[in-house]
Amino acid sequence: MERKIGETLLSVDHISLSFGGVKALTDISFSIREKEVFAIIGPNGAGKTSMLNVINGFYHPQEGEITYKGVHRKQMRSHEAAVQGIARTFQNVALFKGMSTLDNIMTGRIIRMKRNIFWQAMYLGPARKEEMENREFVEDIIDFLEIQAIRRTPVGRLPYGLQKRVELGRALAMEPELLLLDEPMAGMNIEEKQDMCRFILDVNDQYGTTIALIEHDMGVVMDISDRVVVLDYGKKLADGSPDEVRANQDVIDAYLGVPH
Amino acid sequence: MTETARIDKKLDTIPKLLLDHARRRGNSPANRHKDLGFWQSWTWSEVAEEVRNLACGLAKLGFKRGDKLAVIGDNRPRLYWSMVAAQALGGIPVPLYQDSVAEEMVYVLENSDAKFAIVQNQEQTDKLLEIKDRLPHLEYICYEEPRGMRDYTQEFVFYYKDVQQTGRAFHGENPDYFLQELEQGQGSDISIFLYTSGTTGKPKGVVLTADNLIITARNSIDFDNLTSDEEVLAYLPMAWVGDNIFSLAQAYVIGFCVNCPENPETVMTDLKEIGPTYYFAPPAIYETVLTKVMIRMEDAGKIKRSMFNYFMELAKSVGIRILDGKAVSFSEKLLYSIGQILVYGPLRNNLGLSRTRLAYTAGEAIGPEIFEFFRSLGINIKQLYGQTEASVFICAQPDGQVKADTVGTAYPGVELRLADNNEVFYRSPGVFHSYYKNPESTADTKDAEGWVATGDAGFFDEDGHLKIIDRAKDVGRMTDGSMFAPKYIENKLKFFPFIKEAVAFGDEKDYATAFICIDIEAVGNWAERRNLAYSGYTDLSARDEVYDLLQECVESVNADLARDEKLSGSQIKRYLLLHKELDADDGELTRTRKVRRRIVAEKYAVLITALDDPQQTHCEIDSQMTFEDGRTGNVHADLQIRESVRIKSHVHTLAA
Repeated sequence: MERKIGETLLSVDHISLSFGGVKALTDISFSIREKEVFAIIGPNGAGKTSMLNVINGFYHPQEGEITYKGVHRKQMRSHEAAVQGIARTFQNVALFKGMSTLDNIMTGRIIRMKRNIFWQAMYLGPARKEEMENREFVEDIIDFLEIQAIRRTPVGRLPYGLQKRVELGRALAMEPELLLLDEPMAGMNIEEKQDMCRFILDVNDQYGTTIALIEHDMGVVMDISDRVVVLDYGKKLADGSPDEVRANQDVIDAYLGVPH
Repeated sequence: MTETARIDKKLDTIPKLLLDHARRRGNSPANRHKDLGFWQSWTWSEVAEEVRNLACGLAKLGFKRGDKLAVIGDNRPRLYWSMVAAQALGGIPVPLYQDSVAEEMVYVLENSDAKFAIVQNQEQTDKLLEIKDRLPHLEYICYEEPRGMRDYTQEFVFYYKDVQQTGRAFHGENPDYFLQELEQGQGSDISIFLYTSGTTGKPKGVVLTADNLIITARNSIDFDNLTSDEEVLAYLPMAWVGDNIFSLAQAYVIGFCVNCPENPETVMTDLKEIGPTYYFAPPAIYETVLTKVMIRMEDAGKIKRSMFNYFMELAKSVGIRILDGKAVSFSEKLLYSIGQILVYGPLRNNLGLSRTRLAYTAGEAIGPEIFEFFRSLGINIKQLYGQTEASVFICAQPDGQVKADTVGTAYPGVELRLADNNEVFYRSPGVFHSYYKNPESTADTKDAEGWVATGDAGFFDEDGHLKIIDRAKDVGRMTDGSMFAPKYIENKLKFFPFIKEAVAFGDEKDYATAFICIDIEAVGNWAERRNLAYSGYTDLSARDEVYDLLQECVESVNADLARDEKLSGSQIKRYLLLHKELDADDGELTRTRKVRRRIVAEKYAVLITALDDPQQTHCEIDSQMTFEDGRTGNVHADLQIRESVRIKSHVHTLAA
């Protein structure tokens, strides 16, 4: 029954990031362990997305160190992160609107394809075999996310909740070890949120993927996360299990305000 | 004579039929299911093996002759096989509606004494686990889809394939067991329990024997010349008797392939991919399809639209005549074949009905224009009249004799009789065995000679076709003795897009009257196109222009009624347009949008009195209505009463 939460998969140490004079992150340290669901929460502008961008190499911090699978780096590079098994979804859905659900998710497999563009264009021999294997993998994801009915629909025509699901599908297609989800439930209604929670937990359970997510909705976070880190104004307020964080006075102050 | 006499004694159960097909057409496809984006298929011999392994696995777990197996889930080959496996062991499958909540399942599972349950997935397993404490008979639960089931460690929960695995081993040790059990089966054995949804009181378990299903299936195959080349899509609930005939009994008798959709949301896409040759759908589905086509044509370009309109107009006269095998001139034929290339073919393909030779509808009255639309495209859509208690078929329309307002002639092997109050009685080889554990209801419905009361009232038209008009208990008499069938009149009114609801009155009255509720969307749209300003429902429905519009509808219904001698007396003489929509929140409709006649009559008694008094042309009313947020308010209105022209009976006109 117990999920195996393992060793540290990724840790960030003393990360500071600033844009000119604006300090987005100040001296942040935490670690994400294998197979856990890890949440980064905080009020608007707390630096949550910046933190995620640092992890997958989109931003390069001025100070600090990132350790992923035992390798220390001053900074991550995006393509490196992808090859190393870090996938992410975005706060504003970033799909290819004119392409079908199936094709969108297939793009997530490109990183796993070894044949060159010539073979792929000819659709011959090994390239063909590779395409079939990848299609099979993608079909598993479609089945897993229960989006069979929209397999051939251009994603631009889909409602927001489904687009989010397709985006999750594309991230899963990379077979990530670490999945970063930027507000996976933003703008969803209760039912869509429940579905998304279930998918996140199922991904974690079935594929054993480590998940780091940013979320606004405290209720959701507390329900599905193993550990939570709280950021406010670019600083770390607290770090621990949902119960510990909920009881933390600094967190309560940041979220509910303090009497002046 | 019907198939009854010719039935092959040896092939009198579904499992025996399965083995026969596995022998004779072992390599033809028996089932397909779209999974992971592709159609997976199983041949008859593979199905036979799957069923054998499952049956042996169930036997190993202790499933015995007479045990009940609940089956819950979407249409899946493995669930169909479960039913056959249970029958092979002399057990009885009990399919349940998959979208019932756990609470609703308790009664059926308890009443049927289900000992085993085979379910589709985690969702259904969870429902059963929730209520298992209250079900002393339920011993084992077996699930088909392993997703999310890893943490279920209960010793009574099994994975379908694991059960088959044990079954394979069991078969290795006892190679004769399966065949021996299977051969003990006879036509008179109980084949299945089907619970009727029960609009009143608890659901009743209809017990059907193998003979019921197989003889009915054989008769229907003869009636419609079905062959082993048919392709059907199984998408209606497995707990419904129709699915058991169309997707199981007929397929096992003649050996055609049954296709299961990927999941309930993909049915339309899957339909297009499979292109069934034989198709069943309730009227609502045909209606949705027609509406979709019409809306899309409204948005189409001018050329396309006029082409569509021209050829559909042509099809209405020519297509239907071709379908009914009547004379068509050469030029009409030529034009129709051009239409076939430009319009009908692509349209049928788009709807997934390219290959559909035969389509059925039943359950509710179908609008004549919907019927006409599909028939003019060359799709042989027919109506049938059936019941769970009859193993579906009571009446159906023979080819070439199809009308929108009848349900056809007595089905092969079925005897029909009308009681004095016009209630329809039937007797057939498909007549059910009994209601499970409910001898009183059985006796109420079925008499000693096997005649079954349908509860529906009807009569035969001049061609001997049965017309179902209403529930027998709702049919009344007018003072001049003519028959009054409210629902029949209301349905005719509701076929007009401008009319949302209608309530007719006439029992023990001198003439028939009606309340009509306009359809605010359709009438509003109509008003907009005429620059007719209105402030809301009450205002719009009081407009003279709207009354004029509706007058035409009422009078054409009267003309229709006049054609039937028996119903001619119930033409509507006076009617009014209600100032508010009938609403479930006000208790005027049931949640499934059926009119609560008695409540409406009480609430609007003033209006009925005014309708009944020929002197009154207006009536004031105050009524309460509930708004969507739950508040209530009073609506005051002064309603106009109109008289409509009544036509002398068709027969009399001819005489004059």
